[in-house]
Amino acid sequence: MSDGTLQPALQVDALSCVRGDRMLFRDLSFEVGAGELLHLKGQNGSGKTTLLRALAGLLLPESGEIRWNGKNIRSLREEYSRHLLYLGHLNGIKGDLSAVENLRIAATLDGFRLPDSRAWDVLAEIGLKGHEDLPSKHLSQGQKRRVALARLLANDARVWILDEPFTALDVAAVQLLQEVIRRHVEKGGMAVITTHQEVAMIGEHTRTVTLGQMHA
Amino acid sequence: MNTPVPSPWGRCMLEPLFWIIRRDLTIAMRRRADVFTTLIFFAIVVSLFPLGIGPEPNTLRLIAPGIVWVGALLASMLALEQIFSADHRDGTLEQMLLTPQPVALLVAGKVLAHWLVSGVPLVLMAPVLGLQFDLSWDALQTLILSLLLGTPTLSLIGAIGAALTLGLRSGGVLLALLVLPLYIPVLIFGAGAVEATVSGLGGQSHLSMLAAILVASLVLTPLATAAALRVAED
Repeated sequence: MSDGTLQPALQVDALSCVRGDRMLFRDLSFEVGAGELLHLKGQNGSGKTTLLRALAGLLLPESGEIRWNGKNIRSLREEYSRHLLYLGHLNGIKGDLSAVENLRIAATLDGFRLPDSRAWDVLAEIGLKGHEDLPSKHLSQGQKRRVALARLLANDARVWILDEPFTALDVAAVQLLQEVIRRHVEKGGMAVITTHQEVAMIGEHTRTVTLGQMHA
Repeated sequence: MNTPVPSPWGRCMLEPLFWIIRRDLTIAMRRRADVFTTLIFFAIVVSLFPLGIGPEPNTLRLIAPGIVWVGALLASMLALEQIFSADHRDGTLEQMLLTPQPVALLVAGKVLAHWLVSGVPLVLMAPVLGLQFDLSWDALQTLILSLLLGTPTLSLIGAIGAALTLGLRSGGVLLALLVLPLYIPVLIFGAGAVEATVSGLGGQSHLSMLAAILVASLVLTPLATAAALRVAED
């Protein structure tokens, strides 16, 4: 697919995934380049989450290849993870730790140091002012989601893989998140997202891939 | 927009290790009940034997090493499931697999934190329980030393089993079946060290074996556990 002039960063080549004994999708190929947003569509059970987990490198596809700058992500591993930020259905935050602690530990594991003051700023920006110090288990669903999403603001990963990021968020937060994704893409980042909400995404750079209606 | 400040530690590999230990210790301090469960279980199991067998000092001295060690082994196995299950449930485990850090290093950190919380209290408690069996001061010293070398090995080996049984419904039984055969050498040399001291032979050689097993598991098991975690999250 690539013509060699401008190498697309994330390539999916003839990918097939099987869950249980059901083929979710077969021979799926697409590319996501710098400054592009890929909106992944498909009905429930069509394999969106599976595809995202495969893109993140959590799941081994049945066949096919996922390449980052031309190299298979299975061989790159940590080198690829450095550029990646994945948010799944689970928020990935510890209930016993506060929002600030969660954010700072996530940052350290992602390989950079987030100063305390910066963490507080980021949490204020995402709308958690006044809740920074509370154990996360006392936060509401939407607020927990915001803690997880705060990583988007603190991180400088190139590729964002977001599985239903708008779930549990209120209108203001949905708008904020759209804005954050738009800024990321405008800066030359990449994003692959799934969502069932009809959100107005940045028009020209958005591409859509619809997973098939295969039912065994 | 946001330029993350580069870490002043540079590429120091041990910084994430330090943070993961700190994180797990903080969480453990905020839910102390889990720590006490292990400790109380250990105390109950070991204390019931003198009551059941009767106050014959010679018999008690004879069975003491085995009973304290079996108690410690069971207590440490009881705590195993907690190593990864909470992280698996709230999604922090999958995030850990996606960081640029070597997973084996993070695993080592988690196991170390787990040992500090569940293993060290056992080591500290053991001499008190040993007194019930009329163990000599020499034997108590060897007991502490053998547990100090043995319990981290139990945590390291157990972590493989915990990772393999992650997310299974009756994982507890399977975990025991997987891990117990691997625990047996540690039990034999651990209890053997104390027995040898009681009988006057000296437990040096047993302790050296325990140390050797510890070093080997320290190097090998985090790699196996990391591989098992990748499978569990697939």
